[in-house]
Amino acid sequence: MNMEDIVIKIENLTKVFKKGFRGKSVAAIKGLNLEVNEGEIFGFLGPNGAGKTTTIKILMGLIYPTTGKAWILNKEATDVEVKNRIGFLPEQPYFYDYLTSREFLRFYGQLFGLEGDELRTRMNNLLTLVGLEDAADLQLHKFSKGMLQRIGIAQALINRPDLIVLDEPMSGLDPIGRKEIRDIILRLKEDGKTVFFSTHIIPDVEMICDRVGILMKGELVNVGRLDEIMDAKVKYVEIIARNVSKEMLAYMEAMGSSVYETWEHVSIKVEDENRVDGILQLIKEGKGRVVSVIPQRETLEEHFIKKIGGAS
Amino acid sequence: MKVLTIARNTFREAIRDRILYNLLFFALLMIAVSLLLATLTVGEQSKIIIDIGLASINIFGALIAIFLGIGLIIKEIEKRTIYNILSKPVPRYQFIIGKYLGLLITIMVNIIIMGAGLYLILIINELRWGHDIFNVNLDIWLDIWKAIYLIFIELMVVTAIALMFSTFSSSSTLSAIFTIAAYIIGHLTEELRLIGNKLPDSFMKSTINFFYYFLPNLDNFNVKGKVVHGIYVSASYISLVTLYGLLYISVVLLLSGVIFQRRDFK
Repeated sequence: MNMEDIVIKIENLTKVFKKGFRGKSVAAIKGLNLEVNEGEIFGFLGPNGAGKTTTIKILMGLIYPTTGKAWILNKEATDVEVKNRIGFLPEQPYFYDYLTSREFLRFYGQLFGLEGDELRTRMNNLLTLVGLEDAADLQLHKFSKGMLQRIGIAQALINRPDLIVLDEPMSGLDPIGRKEIRDIILRLKEDGKTVFFSTHIIPDVEMICDRVGILMKGELVNVGRLDEIMDAKVKYVEIIARNVSKEMLAYMEAMGSSVYETWEHVSIKVEDENRVDGILQLIKEGKGRVVSVIPQRETLEEHFIKKIGGAS
Repeated sequence: MKVLTIARNTFREAIRDRILYNLLFFALLMIAVSLLLATLTVGEQSKIIIDIGLASINIFGALIAIFLGIGLIIKEIEKRTIYNILSKPVPRYQFIIGKYLGLLITIMVNIIIMGAGLYLILIINELRWGHDIFNVNLDIWLDIWKAIYLIFIELMVVTAIALMFSTFSSSSTLSAIFTIAAYIIGHLTEELRLIGNKLPDSFMKSTINFFYYFLPNLDNFNVKGKVVHGIYVSASYISLVTLYGLLYISVVLLLSGVIFQRRDFK
């Protein structure tokens, strides 16, 4: 993989916070290593307090790492210039609520040095993208949470960024709101953007992420493509078949598979993947018909909960 | 450009803040009340009005500078709006300067309104006694603006100090106490020096000297008494004091910038 293809690179990152006057040290992240590639949707998954926001704040230059370094688009995260190419939505949007949508987008656009017709065109396009044309002149304190999140995404896109970083973009939203945000993220990927977002909502990750990183108590416990993380953890293969003789079923049970018969089908659970081919062969030889072969994976949720259990 | 964007937004926020209108209302009320007090005196009514008026502008201006000045940064952190600004291509020092300028514009507008209020009361006073308002002592009336100008420079210094405290403290109350203390001591620096000179070498003496050298001498900006009594305030004095104020502000802002640059926004 070329260096140019790596959009975010985190190397051995540690952040220690001092708490209270006594100065008791608490490590929010410990020795984090992570790479995010160009054009992918990367889900940063972890329970509350795992250090997701701390990591993102370091990436955004809001806090400084105790040790280690972070690069974005081949520049150090503390470099102000690199922010021209980043769009960021902070955790739970806290914005100047005395501004209207338009004033709000204009303000952030101007911070990127945008002005005039170009700024106006982008503002209108973004208001359409996030479906807030009708609320263009409404002050932000009259917004619902979903609307705030959407205007927050609009401001994150005002500079046409190459990398979009979203901190908990779906928290506190209803299912429709979550779907809208997911659709926007998928559209950004189609446009060739890289999206990095943190969440603790697993289905969102399962549905749209190319790769995920699982963060637990400040440490990255797993990272990779979803099927990579899950593939290694096929729990059993379920074979559904018809016309399988009683003798054969008894033989299969004797070999350690569990068999469950319904009035028409028979479901055979095979725990050892290597045995699947042999069993399929047996069914064919006995003139049986295979309806489906489904590897039953651990869901991300089960995996996640197991990890939390293991870490605590 | 980004500095101006932030300044404009700060101004917009301030004029949508209720505290500002409360302070402005009471300042104008004080100036108006001077009219009543003036009737208690025999002659010299305009002096009383100018005296009370300038004092009101100074005090309420200082309150605006201190309370809005402290909120400048602390509010951004409390409301977490700062995350989104500093994640844009805005260097932190530009953010600070933008906030500072925004508040200065707010203060300037307020002082001009209070100054206009003072003039209005003066005109009402003259009319009340049946004086020809085109035949008054114009020199004194014009000198009022010298006093107001120097009050503004003083408030620039006070705002810078309030801003500096709010760059490292996360408590508004503590910052307000520090700033008010600095404001009061800043008006007593001459006395501090006198006390310091009379003390034998000691810890107390060093402490007092420390305050004398590090806090601004805000009495430099006070020409209210002179203006009221018609004593001439020279242009060279005004320039010199302005220069002093700007130098002090530069140092304070530089210090704020250095502190702010190193800060973590948890």
